[in-house]
Amino acid sequence: MKLSEVQRLLGATLIWGEHCLEREVATACGADLMSDVLAFTKDGALLLTGLINPQVVRTADVGGLSAIVFVRGKTPSPEAAAMARELDIPLFSTPHTLFQACGILYANGLAPCPPLAGKSLEE
Amino acid sequence: MQMAWRLVRRWQVRVLKNEGTGLLLEFPLEHYRFETAGEASSKVKQVVRQLGVDAQTARRISVCAYEAELNAIIHAFGGRMKVRVFPDRTELEVTDEGPGIPDVEAAMREGFSTAPDNIRELGFGAGMGLPNMKRSADEFEIKSAPGAGTWIRMLVRY
Repeated sequence: MKLSEVQRLLGATLIWGEHCLEREVATACGADLMSDVLAFTKDGALLLTGLINPQVVRTADVGGLSAIVFVRGKTPSPEAAAMARELDIPLFSTPHTLFQACGILYANGLAPCPPLAGKSLEE
Repeated sequence: MQMAWRLVRRWQVRVLKNEGTGLLLEFPLEHYRFETAGEASSKVKQVVRQLGVDAQTARRISVCAYEAELNAIIHAFGGRMKVRVFPDRTELEVTDEGPGIPDVEAAMREGFSTAPDNIRELGFGAGMGLPNMKRSADEFEIKSAPGAGTWIRMLVRY
């Protein structure tokens, strides 16, 4: 699914990253726990979150995520927005709740991230 | 390699030495400096990508660095991270002079956390840091004792 389609389905405002709207995303993750994001997402996943601090953007960079959608109409802090520009990570804001936004994307074919992206701890 | 060196020079990262084809970088980690938390990990990721490491592996290296970096910033009174990038592997060594971990085995369990509320509000302290490092690295070693700080070594092969 293209980011432009994500934006349309969620009625989202593009905060930054117009040049990335053609970017494809295959999986998504809804989370407010950044270590969970790193544990459970794959490279190129979309992140939906209610957190708006710069560490969300940093986590997206470290995890190689394709874009961030802030839920419940939140907009990122100026520091977070500046970091997103620097790290080239597109940002959106949707009026939907995390639950609704995830449901809409899931119903439209966006896949969840596999249970464990890395090795199992039991290995 | 040249591009990687250019990045390192631009960032003024301390380069310990250039061992053959490997790069040795050092990053200081400051207690509660959240403005720059994760910056070292982003830089490590860019350097290894410039050196031709694939995206999935660079992500694993970066996750190891990030979780260790945040632990040092949150729990310890700062510390340092040494990163050695070789043609076939990257080694990360994180040392701090913090309070140490009384029960390392418990701390390795998913969900075990001693992070305060203000850290949880930032989206951290879910008790996934050490398990994430272990999961992302090919080799993981930790040594810690109360009052003696914590030492972590990780190795990621390409």
